[in-house]
Amino acid sequence: MTQTIGPDDLAQLIACPNCDELYQARLPDEGERAVCHRCHTVLIQTRETAGRRVLALSIAVMILVIAAAFFPFLEISAAGIGNRVSLLDVATSFRSGTLVLVSVASVMLIVLVPLIRTVLLIYVIGPIELHRPPARYAKRAFHLAQELKPWAMTEVFSIGCAVALVKVSDLARLHFGPAFWMFAALSIFVLINDRYLCTWSIWNAIEDTQ
Amino acid sequence: MTTARQAGLVACRACARVWPMGHETCDRCGSRLRSREGKSLQRVMAWWVVGMICYIPANLYPMLVTETLVASSRSTIVGGAIEIAHHGEVLIAAIVLIASVLIPVGKFAAIAYLAITVSRGSRNTPLRRQHIYEIVEFIGRWSMIDVFVVAILSALVQLSVVASIHPGPAALTFALSVIFTMLSAKSFDTRLIWDTPTEQGPVHP
Ligand SMILES: [Zn+2]
Ligand SMILES: [Zn+2]
Repeated sequence: MTQTIGPDDLAQLIACPNCDELYQARLPDEGERAVCHRCHTVLIQTRETAGRRVLALSIAVMILVIAAAFFPFLEISAAGIGNRVSLLDVATSFRSGTLVLVSVASVMLIVLVPLIRTVLLIYVIGPIELHRPPARYAKRAFHLAQELKPWAMTEVFSIGCAVALVKVSDLARLHFGPAFWMFAALSIFVLINDRYLCTWSIWNAIEDTQ
Repeated sequence: MTTARQAGLVACRACARVWPMGHETCDRCGSRLRSREGKSLQRVMAWWVVGMICYIPANLYPMLVTETLVASSRSTIVGGAIEIAHHGEVLIAAIVLIASVLIPVGKFAAIAYLAITVSRGSRNTPLRRQHIYEIVEFIGRWSMIDVFVVAILSALVQLSVVASIHPGPAALTFALSVIFTMLSAKSFDTRLIWDTPTEQGPVHP
């Protein structure tokens, strides 16, 4: 393979990030996805309304994460004494050295990382969808949003609540609080959001309008 | 079938744009460009070893310390799951065992296998090994369940005299182990899987 490729042609090419296979970038038909033949990685997935959906879902996720942090997600009652906890309580329940680290790490993965990630997505996709020039530092913001993706663990936390409920069932009675249902909804929203998010199209939009 | 490298190009793993070989940062997204992550395997194994070092005490020390009026009990990861099973909640016990034992152990084995087969070659096709990598990346985070349970219970169960729950040292080392193995998987450059000669004869030009 020794054909020479000029610098202008390079923008027309796309390389699979997982296996390095080179393709001519071609927008797939509406509702279809461009998939790498070799390793089956999804390269491009554009839908007419994808950007708007991602924006709307991100705003919903942002509001839900903030609200869910303040409402109790579990309530407990035993021998006439009761307690209810929100994630804010988890973050501030400093009783021992180990607990501080465990609670701070948990709250970061459950609330802070998902919140920062959705705010960054809104910041990047908002101007693109409104046909405005990309926001300042849009590159860095979108980069960070992608880096944070595996560290946002809302759905893992929802299952953790269910396990906790069973685990102390002989000590006390437990109930799910409103925040638990918010987290359950959140997990589904985040899942749909990531399904619609086409990284290639967003990078393209950031590049084109520069 | 041409790879970016064979065409004399370097691909950006963040945004899929290609540049002439030797280009150092992607002009589109600002990522550092590397045709192959040269130190990828060293970093994978370094995080792997640190993760393993944290995983051993995570299984030996108590995860959860429960104090009631009459007794104080400490339970390890496996011990806690067995307790749950004794309450008749077999499904929940299975979730805990899968998340805290099966997934971490499987992950250590899978990452080691992927790293070793990059240099040694494998009878499994690159596509199958790519799938193994994707599974490792997807399920790694689910190991955090037990850590979240400990954080939740410690904040929730503070019914002063009746009962209280504290995290044991294993909660911290287990969380660290999950984080380090996630970093190990993230350091792996999957393009190395596809570089190895697949059928007879090398594919390289
Ligand atoms: Zn590919
Ligand atoms: Zn790039």
